[in-house]
Amino acid sequence: MEPQERSMEAAAVPQELPPDHGVHELFGYVGIEAVLEQMKVKTMKMGFEFNIMVVGQSGLGKSTMVNTLFKSKVSRKASQPGQEERIPKTVQLQSVTHVIEEKGVKMKLTVTDTPGFGDQINNENCWDPIIKYINEQYERYLREEILITRKRKIPDSRVHGCVYFIPPTGHWLRPLDLEFMRRLSKIVNVVPVIAKADTLTLEEREEFKQRIQRDLKAHAISVYPQEDFDEDPDDRLLNDRIREKIPFAVVGADQEHQVNGKRVLGRKTKWGIIEVENPAHCEFPMLRDLLIRSHLQDLKDITHNVHYESYRVRRLNESNRPALSSNNGLPGRDEDGDESNL
Amino acid sequence: MAGAGQPQKDGLRSLSLSGHVGFDTLPDQLVNKSIKQGFCFNILCIGETGSGKSTLINSLFNTSFDDSMSTHFHPNVRLKAQRYELHESNVRLKLTVVSTVGFGDQINKEDSYQPIVDYIDAQFEAYLQEELKIKRSIFNYHDTRIHVCLYIISPTGHSLKTLDLLTMKRLDSKVNIIPLIGKADSISKTELQQFKRKLISELVSSGIHIYQFPTDDEVVSQINTIMNGHLPFAVVGSTEVVKIGNKMVKARQYPWGVVQVENENHCDFVKLREMLICTNMEDLIEQTHTRHYELYRRCRLQEMGFRDTDHENKPVSLQEAYEAKRRKFYLELQRREEETRQKFVQRVKEKEAVLKEAEQRIQAKFEHLMLMHQEEKLKLEKKRKALEEEIALFNMKKANAELLQTQPMVSTPVSLKRDKDRKNSSFT
Repeated sequence: MEPQERSMEAAAVPQELPPDHGVHELFGYVGIEAVLEQMKVKTMKMGFEFNIMVVGQSGLGKSTMVNTLFKSKVSRKASQPGQEERIPKTVQLQSVTHVIEEKGVKMKLTVTDTPGFGDQINNENCWDPIIKYINEQYERYLREEILITRKRKIPDSRVHGCVYFIPPTGHWLRPLDLEFMRRLSKIVNVVPVIAKADTLTLEEREEFKQRIQRDLKAHAISVYPQEDFDEDPDDRLLNDRIREKIPFAVVGADQEHQVNGKRVLGRKTKWGIIEVENPAHCEFPMLRDLLIRSHLQDLKDITHNVHYESYRVRRLNESNRPALSSNNGLPGRDEDGDESNL
Repeated sequence: MAGAGQPQKDGLRSLSLSGHVGFDTLPDQLVNKSIKQGFCFNILCIGETGSGKSTLINSLFNTSFDDSMSTHFHPNVRLKAQRYELHESNVRLKLTVVSTVGFGDQINKEDSYQPIVDYIDAQFEAYLQEELKIKRSIFNYHDTRIHVCLYIISPTGHSLKTLDLLTMKRLDSKVNIIPLIGKADSISKTELQQFKRKLISELVSSGIHIYQFPTDDEVVSQINTIMNGHLPFAVVGSTEVVKIGNKMVKARQYPWGVVQVENENHCDFVKLREMLICTNMEDLIEQTHTRHYELYRRCRLQEMGFRDTDHENKPVSLQEAYEAKRRKFYLELQRREEETRQKFVQRVKEKEAVLKEAEQRIQAKFEHLMLMHQEEKLKLEKKRKALEEEIALFNMKKANAELLQTQPMVSTPVSLKRDKDRKNSSFT
């Protein structure tokens, strides 16, 4: 390799591209669109990774929700008999990884649960372990990325989406909710949902949602889908419709019942059966569509292109200014020795 | 205090789904994103002047790119790059075609391959710089790295030229090389078989790695293996159409017949197009990124002094090396700043000295002038005084004389008169 004269700290030179001759007409079929097929085949062979985190107080139905989303027993519920799980004294994070496959598409799903969040009497800084975990995943990816001999495919353990469960009080967001969402929406995609929404009537739900939206706007908390990342008018239209409905009022269930001769997932109560997949009853289908069917790749892309990049910028700039005020609840310097400040 | 997340490796067990979840649309989501972004594909075409590069590209992409025939008299090898955007159904392809100009034309061909190697390295370097930046925008970076190199071998029928061997040897670790036999309608079928075999054996014996179509994916492995056996492709390019039967086909018309470009019996053009575009474009792009670029990056970073493990075999972070470099750079910067400042101070001092000297000179002159002025003044004073004294004396004498005149004329009037006359004459 010829040694290049340029030093690494060369000033940013705008990329010099060869002269552009614009759009050319094709006289016949060439076969360029076959590249789409090639891409599909390649990605199906490689498989996908998706990491999701669920945050909320205990008893809001997080594990049930995850099980309903992925239609399988992903998380073990804390409320089952025989589970002697007491509320932990501090927030513990537990990750469970599974491989699921559908129609030839393999997905490595990791669900991170946060028991103990918001359950203590004094909940100050209960978001710190979560933020630390998220940043640790970014750090792991960064370390892999800046190696000299790097792996062909860097294992991606970064959290792509964080589902935050809001208790269905019907009033406003609590200070804990606001604090948490404010801090976390800066480093990860936050999708707020109203948990156990079958305790609210439809009108109460609407009002609650409006109040929450106002609160979020007043505190400048940008939840997923963020407005700044809409790429083109079509996206914006689609996302605007979603943004009107945030946060989704969801109900989770993993038992099937008979309704009108069909077996549906739902909760059976004395006054009726709440069908989880019925858009008239709850907004679970919308949440599922958002998270999985339409915006999964988008979640990953925003995590990679925006949140990871801003973490990287912060991290690489860190050693320059030793007296960096703690921002965004970012934990202190790494404990290990070789990252010491110079 | 708080426990960090420990992924419980359940051995990554598989779960069975009890219903339709819907993530089978993931590949489609990915494809939609790519459609929006568009694809980048960069082809490098190496071949001697007149070997048919431009015609081949025109035929491959079924369009006519602006190209005039180039002369044979270029003093050195240059690369000409042009960007085009092609649309087909909903796929946008940003195609960049780079061709060599003047390759193989010089009398002394020692440095012919150097501009090509430099160009490829420069594209890698640009990408590396973007990747190493702190604030980077790598997802909308226009990728200019060369994804495939079509090397056009002249249809001599004998063997590879030394220039070809040397160039390909230098390029095989930097780019995917697909060797082609250009203007293949000048070789007969039997000669072609022999030629191909000779070429392949020469390439193998020289240790040149040409691009092999991937055979690990069941969907395409069979056809790729067959195609691998047909390398190098013997191609004929044409942009003119000739009527055969009742169809208009791309062909070259000779007095003894018509060579149809898209006829598999006549040449391997269709195979090339299939392999290059329809089947393996994605793989070419991936190989460039994961193999050639990574190799370049590794060598370059090691050159710049980064290491993954230092001499005690402890993992050294890139950041530390970054930091050390940055410190060095700042020290250098500071030193240069000092230097410049010193120079500046010196210059100022010098200028000051000069000005001071000038000031002193002017001061001296001024004083001198003042002195002279004073002297003149004194002189004039003296003169004036002298004159005044003379006037006083004269007045006195005049008064005396008048006094004597009014006195009675006594003894010495003549002498007086004579005195008076003398006095008067002294005034004339």
